[in-house]
Amino acid sequence: MTVAAPAASRPAAPRAGRLALVLAAPLGAIAIALAAGAALIAAAGESPLEIYALMLRETLGTGYGLGQTLFKATPLICTGLAVALGFRAGLFNIGAEGQLVVAAFAAALVGVAGRALPATVLLPACIATAALAGAAWAAIPGVLKARFGAHEVINTIMLNFVAFALVAWLGRGLFVAATVHTAEIGPGAVLPRLGGLIAPLRGSPANVAILLALVAAVLVGFLLFRTRLGYELRALGFNAPAAEYGGVSIGRAQVTAMALSGALAGLGGLNFVLGYKHFFELGFSDGVGYMGIAVALVGRNHPLGVVLAALFFGALSYGGLAVNQRVSKEIVDILQAIVILAAICAQPAVERAARRLEG
Amino acid sequence: MPAPAISLRGITKRFGPVVANDAVALDLEPGEIHAIVGENGAGKTTLMRVLYGLIQPDAGTIQVGGKPSRIASPLHAMRLGLGMVHQHFLLVDTLTVAENVTLGREPRAALGRYGRRAAAREVRALGERVGLPVDPVARVGALPVGMQQRVEILKALHHGARVLILDEPTAVLAPHEVDDLFRALRGLQAEGTTIVLITHKLAEVKALARRVTVMRGGRVVGGGEVATLSVEEIAHLMVGRPIAPLHARADTHRTVPLLDARMLDVADDRGLLAVRKVSFEVFGGEIVGIAGVEGNGQPELAECLAGLRRPLHGTVTIAGHRVLGRSAREHFAAGLAHIPGDRLRRGLVPPMTLAENLILGLQRLPDLGPGPLLDGDVLEDRAATLLREFDVRPPEPRRRAAQLSGGNQQKLIAARELSRLAPALLAVHPTRGVDLGAIEFIHRRLLGERDAGRAVLLISSELSEILALADRIFVMYEGRLVHETRPADTDERTLGLHMTGRGAETPIRHGAGAS
Amino acid sequence: MDALLFVAAALRISVPYTLAALGATFSERAGVINIALEGIMLNGALGYVLGAHWTGNPWAGIAAAIAAGLLTAWLHAEATIRFRADQITSGIGINLLAAGLTQVVLLAVFDSSSNSTRVVGLPEWRLPGLGDLPGLGPVLAAPLVLATLLAVLFGQAALFRTVFGLRLRSVGERPEAAAALGLSVTLHRYAGVLISGVLAGLAGAWLASEQHYFTDGMTGGRGYIAIAAMIVGKWTPIGAAGACLLFGAAEALQITLQGIHVPSEVLQMLPYVVTMLALAGFIGRAVPPRSLGVPYDPERAS
Repeated sequence: MTVAAPAASRPAAPRAGRLALVLAAPLGAIAIALAAGAALIAAAGESPLEIYALMLRETLGTGYGLGQTLFKATPLICTGLAVALGFRAGLFNIGAEGQLVVAAFAAALVGVAGRALPATVLLPACIATAALAGAAWAAIPGVLKARFGAHEVINTIMLNFVAFALVAWLGRGLFVAATVHTAEIGPGAVLPRLGGLIAPLRGSPANVAILLALVAAVLVGFLLFRTRLGYELRALGFNAPAAEYGGVSIGRAQVTAMALSGALAGLGGLNFVLGYKHFFELGFSDGVGYMGIAVALVGRNHPLGVVLAALFFGALSYGGLAVNQRVSKEIVDILQAIVILAAICAQPAVERAARRLEG
Repeated sequence: MPAPAISLRGITKRFGPVVANDAVALDLEPGEIHAIVGENGAGKTTLMRVLYGLIQPDAGTIQVGGKPSRIASPLHAMRLGLGMVHQHFLLVDTLTVAENVTLGREPRAALGRYGRRAAAREVRALGERVGLPVDPVARVGALPVGMQQRVEILKALHHGARVLILDEPTAVLAPHEVDDLFRALRGLQAEGTTIVLITHKLAEVKALARRVTVMRGGRVVGGGEVATLSVEEIAHLMVGRPIAPLHARADTHRTVPLLDARMLDVADDRGLLAVRKVSFEVFGGEIVGIAGVEGNGQPELAECLAGLRRPLHGTVTIAGHRVLGRSAREHFAAGLAHIPGDRLRRGLVPPMTLAENLILGLQRLPDLGPGPLLDGDVLEDRAATLLREFDVRPPEPRRRAAQLSGGNQQKLIAARELSRLAPALLAVHPTRGVDLGAIEFIHRRLLGERDAGRAVLLISSELSEILALADRIFVMYEGRLVHETRPADTDERTLGLHMTGRGAETPIRHGAGAS
Repeated sequence: MDALLFVAAALRISVPYTLAALGATFSERAGVINIALEGIMLNGALGYVLGAHWTGNPWAGIAAAIAAGLLTAWLHAEATIRFRADQITSGIGINLLAAGLTQVVLLAVFDSSSNSTRVVGLPEWRLPGLGDLPGLGPVLAAPLVLATLLAVLFGQAALFRTVFGLRLRSVGERPEAAAALGLSVTLHRYAGVLISGVLAGLAGAWLASEQHYFTDGMTGGRGYIAIAAMIVGKWTPIGAAGACLLFGAAEALQITLQGIHVPSEVLQMLPYVVTMLALAGFIGRAVPPRSLGVPYDPERAS
């Protein structure tokens, strides 16, 4: 075959070009969603510019708003990491919501039961409980897939419904009478508010849980790109038969990936339970598990991207609350869905462009 | 003089910097059998895809029956009377023969119903008329490859093909099946069908075609009446230089059995027995070749030896270790290296970098990093060395494997597996779909492994490869080893007979290779 | 409890599952995974309620439900076929979109975040002969129940005996083969997805008609269960219908046991657990269409 330039000297695509490609789909999707949001706001009779400006002011313009944004972003980092890790291994974890709920419930119970214990014991115990409970809940569909080949999408969703029912049922006996929440956890399990350390954030519910989430992000990045297990999970996600050829036990790897994913999701509830209300309350999760899917997609399944995307969606989430008087906050849910759809529609086109760029 | 059936002028097609077709001109006379030859990558398949409307040329014109035509899609091509039988069949496995043949031109019954009986009748009649009889109600997925090819040909004919293009049709056939095919093609030609044969097998060109066109590097470099050209002349045109002599081989110095299979029974994905009571030994310092038509149990045997498929009965011993088929890791650890037959599915993770691909299967080795970690610098250095040593182009550890050509991908896999320095090497179709330079390289390395005292098991359907490399040859047919011989004592014809079960069965005495 | 009455109840309850699963079968046989059923059903339910609310006529509700289902399915088709987006994520995205959208509309039209006002349901027909059968009679008298049964039979015949069905299946198995013969992969896949839109929209209409209200999130996972039923039914209409009867029975059982001393939350889990068990039990042998979930890209095909 005659070649226009010797293959050996054909350079790999320039760094800037590659970065642009990586960011193209997520940024494009956000732009489309914001445009759609503007249309919806206009349809509701309000001025999009005014509303967006208001949202921006409320979320990032004040210390309190910033704190709320961080607070909203924290569980999204965890569920985003959970979904992203799953995607990397080729698995669809749509069950982050249920895993988070089960984990938070278990952690609250431990926090209540160990009321008298000091922080050095109780706090790690609660955190570990949350991670283990989330891992266990996610391992169920993992095992069903590994052993029976049952697709995890349906099973994780089914378990979401089961999780809500389960927690409601157990709560009958464990909740404080005539409420839908548990008793308060002991002081040893409390994650302190950030407002105590960073003055501008005072009054907001932002708490140390965000540090936990950021540490988790670093660990996930480390796992995926620096460890042997991470290599195997990525190979599995890219090309399962090749991973099997390379000695990976597919079933075991899938269960491991689901468990790790569930553990991450499980950490997402600590923000509320240990750092804010100090008890578990039915319905507190409010869709963060599903929003984690949007976060993972916009974050391109990369820990850094997930953190940034979580901050964006956190701001969007609180911004929606802040303007709720004028424009119903459910519009944020619609925007989040549009982001998902726009991101996945843009992705194949971006990949085609990338292929052409790299020759 | 009647207009040529097909006339191509100035056909040019580029894929990025690569010029796959460079101002190609070609005339096909009506009712002739015309061969287009060239080695892998010469541009023959691209040209035919242009002709069949699968891709559009960047420049050039096409005339069909004297009329200028723009072939925008396969549908167009079909309407113009072109039919193509691809190398990888486009058949729907879950449908019947009749359904596959009539798809798109179905006989209809009332209310939009599919005319099942009419279709069966039509297809049966067509098959008998052209000399390629088929069972219309058989499920295509259950048919042997030779039969599936018949279905593809009948499909093209049913859709009105007057020009039939066959892309490497004999790659999947044993010699006597090739005879059946050629008889049918001659019959079609007698009826006036123009036949285009894309091949790299020159013996077939001589046997079947009246004229030949030789392509090399995207250009037409020669051709003419087959009767006036010798095989050597055609080969010279194809390759641009005198053919390299058969690999000179040193005598074998066998040591101990390093790969041992006893009474292996292996089932396929459907649960049917694909490997039956297979036993053999491969000694260090020799290459054993298993020849066979595709689909006679080779993939299942290879997977069993590699730890990717558990045998129902029997044992596998690698370098003295009994392995239990639990996982590939176990077999690697016992001392096996494996060049898989399907490089994109098994052998590589295309989106990953070359450096990452070079540790596939090796990721648990302690010297790649501390504890559970992988050291990126170690990986890159290792990659740089291996890529250079095995002439993988481009030798950039950070490249994605998907961007490499087939030959370079295969060399990368070979680099990885040979870097294990494993006592036993299993190579399955190691040079399939690979350019000549890479083929020579890989063959030389395989011989090198053998000379270094390793046991090499070569499973291939390419008889020339087996005859060139193996010290001992087995033939696999319907899951059994039915024949054992040496290259000096046999030839392609004889092997071909055994490969289709027509050879005199010579009982294989286990361990009888010692002499 | 009378066995026949229980079967009648199960039959009635299984209608939305069956319609949705039937639709999904066509979509997936054409090669497009359709997890968006949940969202299509939800939009269909809202459509019915809006149509019935504004005109007082249940058939207007049906028409609106079908329109809503078609629009939603069309969105999924565009994303997955034209843009070749990941089919599972598209389904999830559409479900989230429907959830948010229905909430917004609910607030806007009915000023409530939980439910609409009461609307008229579909009429019961007293078909002579059919309607008088003991036990099952009244059930079969409901127009959508009868329609569902007929749709299943018709669907089975359409998929396996017609030219359209043959072409649809070939597109889902090996789109390259179909394309090489001049068939439009795009057209057949759109058809499959839009058929699922009509049927799942009708499923949502049935739910709303039975309840006489639209309530937030009223589909409650039935769309996902319908997918499971389709898998268990090996991607055939009759098989899917059979599995849907099973899941309908699970829901009927849940309702029946409400009165007894089983906590309602545990009962709520029943349909979901049954689904998971069914998926685990039947998957081994069920082989999906070969090109299911793989976006068709003519440039990269063979």
